[in-house]
Amino acid sequence: MCGIAGLIHRGKSSGVGSEMTSMLTALKHRGPDSTGFAIYGEPNAGDYVMRFKVAEQEDMASGYDMGEKIAARIAEVDKRLGEHKAAIKSRDEVTPYAMRYVISHDGDTEAMARYIEDVEGTEILSLGNALELIKDLGDANVVADQYGLRDFKGTHGIGHTRMATESDVDIRSAHPYWAFPYNDVAVVHNGQITNYWLKRRQMEKKGHRFMSSCDSELLAVYTADNLANGATLEDSLKASIEEIDGVFTYLVATKDSLGMAKDTMAAKPLVLYESDDMIAMASEEVAIRAILPQEIDTYDPYDEEIRVWKA
Amino acid sequence: MESMSVMAEDMGYDPRAGQTRDEKEGTTQEDRARDLGMMSEQLKNRSMEVFFEVGEDENLTYPWAADVDFNKRTELNCEGKTTTEVNKDINDLMEEGYGTIVLQNPRGMHSVGVGILNKLNLIVEGSIGYFGVGLIDGPNVRINGRVGWSCGENMMSGTVVIEKNAGSTFGAAMRGGDLVCKGSVGSRTGIDQKGGTIIVGGDTGAFSGFMMQRGRMVVCGNAGKNLGDSMYDGTIYVGGEVKDYGVDAIPAELTALDKAWLTRKLTQYDLMPEKGVDHFTKIVAGKQLWNYDNLEPNEKKLIL
Repeated sequence: MCGIAGLIHRGKSSGVGSEMTSMLTALKHRGPDSTGFAIYGEPNAGDYVMRFKVAEQEDMASGYDMGEKIAARIAEVDKRLGEHKAAIKSRDEVTPYAMRYVISHDGDTEAMARYIEDVEGTEILSLGNALELIKDLGDANVVADQYGLRDFKGTHGIGHTRMATESDVDIRSAHPYWAFPYNDVAVVHNGQITNYWLKRRQMEKKGHRFMSSCDSELLAVYTADNLANGATLEDSLKASIEEIDGVFTYLVATKDSLGMAKDTMAAKPLVLYESDDMIAMASEEVAIRAILPQEIDTYDPYDEEIRVWKA
Repeated sequence: MESMSVMAEDMGYDPRAGQTRDEKEGTTQEDRARDLGMMSEQLKNRSMEVFFEVGEDENLTYPWAADVDFNKRTELNCEGKTTTEVNKDINDLMEEGYGTIVLQNPRGMHSVGVGILNKLNLIVEGSIGYFGVGLIDGPNVRINGRVGWSCGENMMSGTVVIEKNAGSTFGAAMRGGDLVCKGSVGSRTGIDQKGGTIIVGGDTGAFSGFMMQRGRMVVCGNAGKNLGDSMYDGTIYVGGEVKDYGVDAIPAELTALDKAWLTRKLTQYDLMPEKGVDHFTKIVAGKQLWNYDNLEPNEKKLIL
């Protein structure tokens, strides 16, 4: 089933971390397996925030030497960053297997990211000036507490509560997905994509990387491919209605905007609220009401509808 | 005749050639369906045949229905309560004789007011989530906010009036009563509708009236694609534009009787357009896919 939520404040920062946590807590019944957030702080020109994991949660109980392996992997990532002349400004060990680095780098980030992901068990969850992508097993409160999200200030964000259907319950199959190698682009999705293998083969032929067998990852890769070919976010969303088969509603966030697309069958829900100050959207109204207790007007977008809002 | 067949058999001719398997084995289609486990449910008492009987009392009440007084009014605050608690509270208040209940702060709660089989005035101050007031038989509901997906699903009688917008599958499998949304609704409105009236003040989305079987749907605004796809029967009236018709849905002539009915219903809910009802398009089933009325009762049971 899965629950998705998005929030964008027009022209100002707000407590997006706690707001997204409240929204996703209200959507817990749509998927208790894992929760993920992609939230955007003030853009930090020149410096990159890199979030990556070096192991899955379940790996932690897989052997007496797991701690040593993780330390070795992190050391290898540090070494490879050094080889790409990236300076680590700050490093934060959020959980034993997930790290948050702030790095300064002015070279080819894609080549660097590919080189780092070559380290065993390592996946870059996000890389960008403003994006912080956090995902882990458990409900929104567990993940928000674990990663200290509640104090996070930012302009916009998207989130996801996952009910695993076609792939495993692990971090690599959790949403949001970072649109590798596009800095600051993330996707959350609710639905099933029926031409996943066909499109995945097409994308792999073009050299895109897939880290999981979750169909939602395709949307991130597909969006990245469109952006690489010069399409705007709006173009990409519009094209996906024709090119992606199945039932889906998905949200895409970039450094300064947030977009949504609904498939031709309108089979997956989304409720929208728009005002001059903010736009909130979620699979169910109960999530919007979690942050807006006053009486508001909301509506369902129709089939094949796409929208893009700027922060 | 007998001697003829004996003669024919003697001549190597099979008199039963051309007979169906049922005729050969002396069984009926119903027997075979039951053997296959398809007819395990027996039609008894209020079966489909008598459900819509003209002579039936209109204000049928259930034997266990509470005796409520509409002038006895109370408020129920949903803040901090679960859906189960709210629905149980509504039941308890009806038992105490309250005939008018005002729900405060529902804040998008799901399944509010489901399965009320009683006369009741239910007023909801705010918006509710999925499956609101489904399976109801009798109450008059007014919702001063928005409703989520599947509002009034399977409702049997009563009226539901929603002041703002509604989500998808509005009035799915509805059997009777009036379900009114003054704003716009999502997709698949009245999917599998089996009776009653759905009225939408604004627009409706794609696949509205999909597999509709009975009843009427009125859309004052525009309708999305595939309107009335594969409908068996029933009538859809659209005041605005129809994006496209579904398979076997065809426009029909708007008669004086239709206009009178539309005028009465839309006036009743304060949705009467300024330019009247003459511009409405009437859509019915072409009955090229499946002629519902010509089926025998047993076959009806099989396909339903």
